Amino acid sequence: MRPFDYSRASSTADAAQQAAGGGTFIAGGTNLLDLMKLEVMAPDKLIDINRLDLSQIEETSDGGLRIGALVSNSDLANDTRVRRDWPVLSRALLAGASGQLRNKATTGGNLLQRTRCLYFYDRATPCNKRDPGSGCAAREGFNRILAVLGTSEHCIATHPSDMAVAMRVLDAEVETLKQDGETRRLTLDALYLLPGDHPERETVLEPGELITAVVLPAPIKDAQQTYRKVRDRASYAFALVSVAGIVGLKDGRISHADLAFGGLAPKPWRNAEVEELLIGETPSETLFDKAADILLAEAQGYGANDFKIPLARRTLVSVLNELTKEASA
Amino acid sequence: MKTELTINGTQHKLELDPRTTLLDALRHHLGLTGSKKGCDHGQCGACTVMVNGRRINSCLTLACMHDGDEITTIEGIGQPDNLSPLQQAFISQDGFQCGYCTPGQICSATAMLEEIAEGWPSHATEDINDRPSLTVDEIAERMSGNLCRCAAYPNIVEAIRKTAEESA
Repeated sequence: MRPFDYSRASSTADAAQQAAGGGTFIAGGTNLLDLMKLEVMAPDKLIDINRLDLSQIEETSDGGLRIGALVSNSDLANDTRVRRDWPVLSRALLAGASGQLRNKATTGGNLLQRTRCLYFYDRATPCNKRDPGSGCAAREGFNRILAVLGTSEHCIATHPSDMAVAMRVLDAEVETLKQDGETRRLTLDALYLLPGDHPERETVLEPGELITAVVLPAPIKDAQQTYRKVRDRASYAFALVSVAGIVGLKDGRISHADLAFGGLAPKPWRNAEVEELLIGETPSETLFDKAADILLAEAQGYGANDFKIPLARRTLVSVLNELTKEASA
Repeated sequence: MKTELTINGTQHKLELDPRTTLLDALRHHLGLTGSKKGCDHGQCGACTVMVNGRRINSCLTLACMHDGDEITTIEGIGQPDNLSPLQQAFISQDGFQCGYCTPGQICSATAMLEEIAEGWPSHATEDINDRPSLTVDEIAERMSGNLCRCAAYPNIVEAIRKTAEESA
């Protein structure tokens, strides 16, 4: 690990100020320290934000939840309100990482974790995300775990989070504090950037901008929620494909359809056209197949990850079958 | 960096390079070599300790981030003449071969049984609003952060199951 300065922040304002001269926030550190050991990341300065008062889960006035950025993945998954009213979020969290990691990993950090692309981790190979302009070794390399949607010629990395997929399907918003004291709220769609010509830029966050909370809207009534994760082993593995779904039925027709996807793209993926197609229709295999057609219309495989395209189709159809069957039962 | 850690009930004042992981502080600075370094990347679980009662990978955290925290290592869970019920069960159920992952397995399982007692759900829990039961699937899922290259898994699961049964 390269040497760095270390300091503790005493308040969010202090954290923002300390970051003014450049610096990287550390919370759980489970991804950052991993990358620092490999010198994939080498910050000059770490600002420890673990002492900040951001570990509460509070109910909002409109029936939602405000989740402090430092709430651990375990505490969030275990929260009785989340388990009851936003089960897709509990399920996604419990499908991720291991017991030890969930105890340490935080809500804010989980959103900002980096891709697990093998070439991002391997400093002996080119990677436009790690070393802009050096090229992408993944396109023609071992790309089994990489993206088929939203990629660019410069990067085919996937976003690895399960939690973020559930947050996306729940229309969660991120609250941030900028260095100048200004706060803002961003949807997850707005938070994450697609790689385009600059895969090294992953979010719209400015230097020193701190995520302070994630806000969930009120729970969706009269709909079933699920998180389906397909992976290479039964536990403690990243998603090859995952689907977070919230689907409701009324009088035999689909009245509500929110769907987000993991393992397919550089950010938690959502496609409004897929959802629009489903609304008002009677559930059927033909309909679900059409939904998959729309989702995957622009999907492109790179060899070893070609299988993700049919896998995503089958997972989506299976999830829609499950959610429309349970709702009608 | 001045760091104060309470380890197995004893307070230690350390002066550490900020790069020192909690695992290296335990092993290299305090001579507590029960916690093992396997992968050093949070993938194998050999370094598992409890911080303020919760299991974590001590290789993936800096010692200075834990100033003032209470840490329990395998040395605090039991000693050769005073084994914890889980340690005894690992022996009687033959829950290891080479033994390298064992301290991590036992620290992890000790905390995991507390998590179950507190009603935490897991990926293997059918109804996450219900209290979980200690099935083989639940144990396997909850222990998936601890690898055993000797593949003593069936006996590890059995040791954990028996311990939980006997304490119930």
